[in-house]
Amino acid sequence: MTQYLIRRILISIPTLVAISIVIFTILALAPGDPLAEFAMNPAVPPEVRQRIRQSMGLDDPIPVRYVKWASSMLRGDFGYSFRSKSPVIDLIRQRLPTTLYVIGTAYLVSVLIAIPVGVLSAIRQYSIFDNIATTLAFIGFSLPTFVTGILFILLFSVKLGWLPMIYRTTIETEGLAGLWEKIKQALMPIMVLGLFETAALTRYTRAAMLETIHQDYVRTARAKGLSERAVILRHALRNALIPVVTIVALSIPGIFTGAVITEQIFRVPGMGSLLISAIRDNDTPVIMAITIIFSTLVVIFNLIADILYGVLDPRIKYE
Amino acid sequence: MSDVTEQRRVRAAASAVAPAIALPQRKPRSLWSDAWRQFRHHRLALAGGFVLLFMIVATIVGPFLWPIPWNTFDMAEALQGPSLRHPFGTTDLGHDIFARILWGGRISLAVGVVAMLVAVVLGTLIGAVAGYFGGVLDSFLMRLTDMFISIPSLPLLLLITYLFQDRMKAIFGIELGMFLLIVIVIGGLNWMPVARLVRASFLSLKQKEFVEAAHCIGVGTGGIIFRHILPNTLSPVIVAATLGVAQAIITESALSFLGLGFPPDIPTWGRMLYDGINWIEFAPWMVLFPGGAIFLTVLSINYVGDGLRDALDPRRMYAV
Repeated sequence: MTQYLIRRILISIPTLVAISIVIFTILALAPGDPLAEFAMNPAVPPEVRQRIRQSMGLDDPIPVRYVKWASSMLRGDFGYSFRSKSPVIDLIRQRLPTTLYVIGTAYLVSVLIAIPVGVLSAIRQYSIFDNIATTLAFIGFSLPTFVTGILFILLFSVKLGWLPMIYRTTIETEGLAGLWEKIKQALMPIMVLGLFETAALTRYTRAAMLETIHQDYVRTARAKGLSERAVILRHALRNALIPVVTIVALSIPGIFTGAVITEQIFRVPGMGSLLISAIRDNDTPVIMAITIIFSTLVVIFNLIADILYGVLDPRIKYE
Repeated sequence: MSDVTEQRRVRAAASAVAPAIALPQRKPRSLWSDAWRQFRHHRLALAGGFVLLFMIVATIVGPFLWPIPWNTFDMAEALQGPSLRHPFGTTDLGHDIFARILWGGRISLAVGVVAMLVAVVLGTLIGAVAGYFGGVLDSFLMRLTDMFISIPSLPLLLLITYLFQDRMKAIFGIELGMFLLIVIVIGGLNWMPVARLVRASFLSLKQKEFVEAAHCIGVGTGGIIFRHILPNTLSPVIVAATLGVAQAIITESALSFLGLGFPPDIPTWGRMLYDGINWIEFAPWMVLFPGGAIFLTVLSINYVGDGLRDALDPRRMYAV
């Protein structure tokens, strides 16, 4: 196991290096110059601009720039934003809590809803409950977040006026009223993200549960006279959850990138909106930092999924 | 659909009889007629197929029949609700939304189909080469696939379309340049599932007797890959491709919705949402109809994909 773990981690490192090279090269080859505004500015003579370029290392060949960037990245130095001139790490620190709070809640809610619903609709296959649940899951799965977001805004903000359309970080109200306002504005983004995840997860749980319910060991459990409850919870569910847990771990990075769109709809000041504005401003250091963070998340959660799979299912052998 | 245990029993019986069926005593039913027979039983998939067909025909023929062109506008008729003259209302500039949905649907659907084709061709080639030749080539290609899977695709998609759109527009013109860029990028970041499916099928199929027989009668490598093995891997690829179209339509709409896709004068459904969201309080029809079009299309495609999955799975064929 330990040996497998070490080898698995060692394999992840080249993957990350390769991804960072790909993204770095794309950015380096792209047209567009971070010093474009200086070029327009007559107050900055060309020689000065040239010196700035040299001091920033922009004229070095791409491999040299990559090594410089990667080595400072490893030291935890993400560089400075071209746009706001502040360290990238500070920008990310400002935005990360909001994103984590919205995504984390959405994910928790969807896991809490999806697993019971999936299990129930698998045990009562083809019942009214199952039909409604699978249809809803199918619809939820086919509704892109930007469409649900718009529908929710229309319903809850425009028609009913219950929830605010736009997420604000500057809520001044103290005490419970302020807390309520903060919860209210997060409700819609959480619902939008949660709906999609719940739908997808319900489908997985139902499928996994259906697969295990018809296994021989479940029949054996029934045959030896265990209560239905014990059969479902202890014998079927435990085994059905193995693939579900893996899917949960694997889809966490996806929900981060999915949050990019949701954050844009509700103007949530999180990592996603930081990324969009950085792309619009050609702010290379910020773009690099965020994409690398996202990629690292994918690689780490892949690793976690693999390990969980082995821990939960002793039949899996590591050679 | 019958009870599952029953189905399993039938399947077990069927696999016991399978060798007998394989003998040429009986006129073989083709995969396609079998698939169609199975597909017809999935009512929602059939309905989805009809809706989709209707959408495709409407977007192709519609712009010729509808009297109001998609690109003319009349400020005097701006922000009107749905009426007989404008069944889907008008935009803030007085464009007819119905005409724009028809026209934009062409582009949204075309992006979906072409991006899927790019992904399937790329995935099939990579999967076939990796699975057939094996060895170093296989491990290299599979590492490449793993790497692409670990790339966060949405950020990269946004990045590439934003950074390279001016260059593409300069080379191919605004409309074609943007179309090619989006299609290539979406296809280029979504081929991995297909590659894995095709590779897995190739690994098991290349050991089979019919491939050996083909080798013996002197069929070349290309012939074996494309004529003998590839057609047998089609079922899972077709299902993946169908669902891929929906995915590509969503991705293009998301790009346009973020303002990083097609420019404002090309009204794809996502772009119409982006333009309409600022008017959501005064003119909800500006977002309701494009949003509805996206939803209906994606839902129909997903149902068709679901039906195809059931219809093309050979293990299920004996069940009905």
